[in-house]
Amino acid sequence: MPDSKGRFGIHGGQYIPETLMNAVIELEEAYNHYKNDPGFNKELTELLNEYAGRPSNLYYAEKMTKDLGGAKIYLKREDLNHTGSHKINNVLGQALLAKKMGKTRLIAETGAGQHGVATATAAALFGMECVVFMGKVDTERQALNVYRMKLLGADVVPVTSGTATLKDAVSECMREWTTRIDDTHYCLGSVMGPHPFPTIVRDFQAVISRESKAQVMEKEGRLPDYVLACCGGGSNAIGSFYHYIEDKSVNLIGCEAAGRGIDTFETAATINTGKLGIFHGMKSYFCQDEYGQIAPVYSISAGLDYPGIGPEHANLHDTGRAQYVAITDDEAVNAFEYLSRMEGIIPAIESAHAVAHAIKLAPTLSKDKIMVVTISGRGDKDCAAIARYRGENINE
Amino acid sequence: MSNIANAFENGKAFVPFITCGDPDLDTTARCVVEMQKAGASLIELGIPFSDPTAEGPVIMEASLRALENGCTTDKVFDMVKRLRTELNVTVPMVFMTYANVVFSYGIERFCQKASEVGIDGIILPDVPYEEKDEFDGICKQYGIDLISLIAPTSDERISMVASSASGFIYIVSSLGVTGVRSNITTDIPSLCAAVKAVTDVPCAIGFGISTPEQASKMAQSADGVIVGSAIVKIVAQYGKDAPEYVGEYVKSMVDAIR
Repeated sequence: MPDSKGRFGIHGGQYIPETLMNAVIELEEAYNHYKNDPGFNKELTELLNEYAGRPSNLYYAEKMTKDLGGAKIYLKREDLNHTGSHKINNVLGQALLAKKMGKTRLIAETGAGQHGVATATAAALFGMECVVFMGKVDTERQALNVYRMKLLGADVVPVTSGTATLKDAVSECMREWTTRIDDTHYCLGSVMGPHPFPTIVRDFQAVISRESKAQVMEKEGRLPDYVLACCGGGSNAIGSFYHYIEDKSVNLIGCEAAGRGIDTFETAATINTGKLGIFHGMKSYFCQDEYGQIAPVYSISAGLDYPGIGPEHANLHDTGRAQYVAITDDEAVNAFEYLSRMEGIIPAIESAHAVAHAIKLAPTLSKDKIMVVTISGRGDKDCAAIARYRGENINE
Repeated sequence: MSNIANAFENGKAFVPFITCGDPDLDTTARCVVEMQKAGASLIELGIPFSDPTAEGPVIMEASLRALENGCTTDKVFDMVKRLRTELNVTVPMVFMTYANVVFSYGIERFCQKASEVGIDGIILPDVPYEEKDEFDGICKQYGIDLISLIAPTSDERISMVASSASGFIYIVSSLGVTGVRSNITTDIPSLCAAVKAVTDVPCAIGFGISTPEQASKMAQSADGVIVGSAIVKIVAQYGKDAPEYVGEYVKSMVDAIR
């Protein structure tokens, strides 16, 4: 009897062409072998600590806390990682795994370019070939990251099909993988796609909550009341939530990109506007029309501009364990500017969605509440786009 | 059981594919009529999907054109009904689309409608053996075959996939996505032999085939030959005038394999 694997409640599974089935089975077997291998884990921990700069700080945002006048706010500083975002956590794990599997070539999709940069970085470090697929629209709004990837030795392929954004980059990556499997590992950047990717990426990103839990216990002697993270596909969010899932007193909040608003068509807020479907290898929630055609989503943030959400998040939503809120472009841009001036920290526009919700939520909570907000990446890459949003043209 | 078996009863089967609604459903219907006239044994009707991850650029672009021109699942059902009731199309027909098109319509509602209008099978390239139960049980209730695919990478999965297959088996000739290829490097005779060793269900080869020479070579190993992108290209080139050219092309391919 067929056995559907990798389910989170009703979500997940392996909805991919037969051509790729043996590749994902091989990956699952390799991962199951190495995930408990002391040698592999020692090597990965060394890379994370010595190369990527972990553990990342849990920083008490004192000025922001006082300004908002409510809950005590801590920022989990994934922006301080090498390459400037949480993406490196997953990429170092997958690249090491790929190397152990004898793969010599990494392919990856990227939206904002952060995952592409991280993959290009790992490929350079491990001496692997690297091809990054990026929507044409995104190559234009994230030109700096395109240059960084090329500098690191990767080929960047602009994808012109469909909406020429993240979903099309994922589709193109899947097409490329079916063409060349033997020597190639698809280094998927989020907790999405067919099993075992949502599990592998979650496990590699879970370092965020493993650290933050220990850090907050050390600083406060207790668990936080709220954990906030921005959520597109959901890799930094699941990493931020994972070790708190069993701690029912901790409220988990994912912040989706509402774009111009969830009552408009220009939105990427999947939980808030999508419905159950099957796409990109998984069953989950997707923005789509009545005939199941995937919607051309929109967000100012290239990294959250995706019509789906990882299957584990879909299940956390179904069970009510996590809550998913929608943040508009305007709110995110205000938060981007707010954190820059208030704490001297320029967050990625993706992360600014989580900051925006913290700005709304913190003042409604009493001062004895504790909130951890993940700053998934740094915002240097976004400065030109935000300047444009404010009507200012700057040359990068 | 559906009528698909009939398609393989009179020698080698030629199976043309067309993307429904490109440039419009009336042209698609006229193309299907010409395909039957030219000797097609079984016709694959593509219901366009916005993000067809198993397709190369030719079929992907045709799908997007069809959607832009207003093609929907319901309109495709209406066209099939017209083919069966008004246009005397009697050859077996199968849908080729993606899981979400069927799932979002409601699997049962989709199968019921498909069966009502006269569809014999469904090909879903993003539903592998591991996920087929969700669809296959309902398909069977409505007498529709869910077509199984076997790829050059299937290896030890072949017997598992083939032994549960019904209708016909779609053998994917090459790695990668759909599209015309000048050279097919897979060892097709061995792949077909491995399939035939475990099942009597007929097998047809697709992906990358466009010339009568390629088709004739493939037909030596398999029971049928599937051609998609080459036909979709003709439709893209001639638009509303395509049916005549599609008919000519299908005839040349049918002649090559018989």
